[in-house]
Amino acid sequence: MIKPVILWTDALVYLLIAAVIAFAWYARGREHLRAPWARVLESRIAIVSLVILSAYLAVALLDSLHFRPALEQRGEQAQETYYSVEVLSALDVIARPLKERAEKTYSAPFATRLYAREAMEGPDGVTVWDYPRLRHGGAHLADPDAGRAGDIARRALGAAAAGGALWLLLAALVVAGIARARAEGFTSTLARVAAGRTRIPWRAGLFAAGLLIVLAAAAVRLAGVYHILGTDQVGQDVFYQAVKSIRTALVIGTLTTLVMLPFAVLLGIMAGYLRGWIDDLIQYLYTTLNSIPGVLLIASAILMLQVYIDTHPELFQTDAERADMRLLFLCLILGVTSWTGLCRLLRGEALKLREVEYVQAAVAFGVTRLRIMTRHLLPNVMHIVLITVVLDFSGLVLAEAVLSYVGVGVDPSTESWGNMINGARLEMAREPMVWWSLAAAFAFMFTLVLAANLFSDAVRDAFDPRLRGG
Amino acid sequence: MLNYILRRVLYALPILVGVNVITFVLFFVVNTPDDMARMQLGMKHVTPEAVEQWKQERGYDRPVLYNGAAAGMDRFTDTIFFDKSLRLFVFDFGPSDAGRDIGHDIRQRMWASLALAVPIFIIGMLTNITVALLIALFRATYVDVVAVVALVVLMSISGLFYIIAGQYLVGKLLHLVPISGYDDGLNAVKFVILPVLIGVVGGIGSGSRWYRTIFLEEIGKDYVRTARAKGAPEAAVLFRHVLRNALIPILTGAVVVLPLLFLGSLIMESFFGIPGLGSYTIDAINTQDFAVVRSMVFLGSVLYIIGLMLTDISYTLVDPRVRLN
Repeated sequence: MIKPVILWTDALVYLLIAAVIAFAWYARGREHLRAPWARVLESRIAIVSLVILSAYLAVALLDSLHFRPALEQRGEQAQETYYSVEVLSALDVIARPLKERAEKTYSAPFATRLYAREAMEGPDGVTVWDYPRLRHGGAHLADPDAGRAGDIARRALGAAAAGGALWLLLAALVVAGIARARAEGFTSTLARVAAGRTRIPWRAGLFAAGLLIVLAAAAVRLAGVYHILGTDQVGQDVFYQAVKSIRTALVIGTLTTLVMLPFAVLLGIMAGYLRGWIDDLIQYLYTTLNSIPGVLLIASAILMLQVYIDTHPELFQTDAERADMRLLFLCLILGVTSWTGLCRLLRGEALKLREVEYVQAAVAFGVTRLRIMTRHLLPNVMHIVLITVVLDFSGLVLAEAVLSYVGVGVDPSTESWGNMINGARLEMAREPMVWWSLAAAFAFMFTLVLAANLFSDAVRDAFDPRLRGG
Repeated sequence: MLNYILRRVLYALPILVGVNVITFVLFFVVNTPDDMARMQLGMKHVTPEAVEQWKQERGYDRPVLYNGAAAGMDRFTDTIFFDKSLRLFVFDFGPSDAGRDIGHDIRQRMWASLALAVPIFIIGMLTNITVALLIALFRATYVDVVAVVALVVLMSISGLFYIIAGQYLVGKLLHLVPISGYDDGLNAVKFVILPVLIGVVGGIGSGSRWYRTIFLEEIGKDYVRTARAKGAPEAAVLFRHVLRNALIPILTGAVVVLPLLFLGSLIMESFFGIPGLGSYTIDAINTQDFAVVRSMVFLGSVLYIIGLMLTDISYTLVDPRVRLN
């Protein structure tokens, strides 16, 4: 028995996905909408980035299906089912062993022994001062020092082989799909894909997917018996934390833009097209908001929100809902600080567009101003909106880490790369150094941001050739 | 000119009023001073007397907008809005929630911030221009492609990573400079070198990429073709013609951040223990000293608006085609 929980950010993530699917459906039959996307997909770098981004997105979606498990019934005839106050996600169910197999404190990646020495009772009753075995990491090994390397290699190779088989299946499916769409033979299609002679660079995409699948398979297999990225101060698995943080990063990167878009688009076009006092008012609004240094505005807003949350504990049923409210609010306030740039761009573009012939013609025909703005201006500034959205994403992911470091980011109980870095940065001073938390957070973040940056470059080149070269 | 500047100052006033209203609403309307007092004193076991005393010591016990109990003008001046918000306009920041004089703290800490921010700004800009020019020299070759990808990689790395890795590598492994701390006068140099280096390296990715676009845009213009047509060597074209013209957008674009250098860098200062305004703000956020945060918000806005004015003025100075209107 479970009770589904839809957090605010979950609902918005579903909404966003629905909007993207709806747009894809709408654009499918319209050549002018489809053409630039087709150009994006012709770039090898874009395809590889897209594969990586999809992998991140899949994890984030799994992590966005929340529920509360029912508590076990004590008595014989309980009238009511009680649900746990802990909110779990689909990802938690899959990764349950990772979450529950906590150690006592730090341990290095693939370690079988704890990071710190402890007093232990030896076999002959004498107290010795040594590194104790981990409770879970490598616990299946009889002789951890000798058998570890072989065990890791065996498991990794086995998993990689399984991943490779899975990939072959996927590749065969893709090639078969292309062959069917083109009404071409399977072998000739395979030859073309393998030689890289397809319009969409399938070979590069499949190569990236293969690498990801093999890596993921090995990681999952090894994570079952080792802590592949070590454990943190309270013994939590770092790999689990890093994976859980993906959702936080994607939520901040996407929902922030979703929140700010209506304001930026509406106000920007209104200011540019209507001119006069409306223009003055909107310009005043965004200059004022823009003149407050972003970090300080975010800091003040989050501080005030925290005071509000702490003085109104009755509003939130579970800790997860409270943390989620803070995450959503962080998106909102980041949106408030970041819509001004897009608004100014759109205002400038609308100023230009209101003088072009088709708008003049529409005015001459007596088309209403509202209709001109929605039918003639909006579609013609959408490429700017899209480019900004994609370009902003990576900056927002990086900003989350900085804000969490300052203490005005996501809730301390939310897994995020910023919180991981914040928790681990003081451990650099230890001897030997505890580097794995930092390395894991930075590596996961770097991969996502790099993929997003490369993808957004491709999108920008395809949608606005004038901006090319950056 | 004077007329123009005066008009810009008058135009800035409503914006500052707007900033003031926003901060006022954020700090005093969303949460009442009672909430803040309870937060500061610990949530659970707070007596009403303690809350009252906390508010009274900091002057938060008065009415928010209108004081009916006072006489004459005091009805408006003896309020939180007047005392805490309007006074900011004359840069009277008042005491912090911890009881220190904010204005004095700011004047004292400003120099440390500048000692860090100014070198980062100048050296960073020179480095970025050099890198961008070099890439522009090799445009449309493999060097260009590789360099641009390298810049994207550089800008995809979190700023925190540059700081942590740099601190570890230079400070801890090589023992070249102290890891953190600060000293007055010339002694500050050895503390500032590392953060400046990290700041410059961390900015290369996005900065050089941005300048490269400006250079490439400039290279596509007619006067460059003319210069080449008359037989000027490539280096002369780049350095004599392109660089000079490209400096106009680069410098005017940089002017807006000049005043903000006073505020320093939040992250950098707190990592390296430099007692500037950035770490001042971070400390205030961590100890939830709302008076300091409020003052810094206002100060930051003032500096930003000054930056905007300087930008407009610099446009008119470097480009005679821009009229003062």
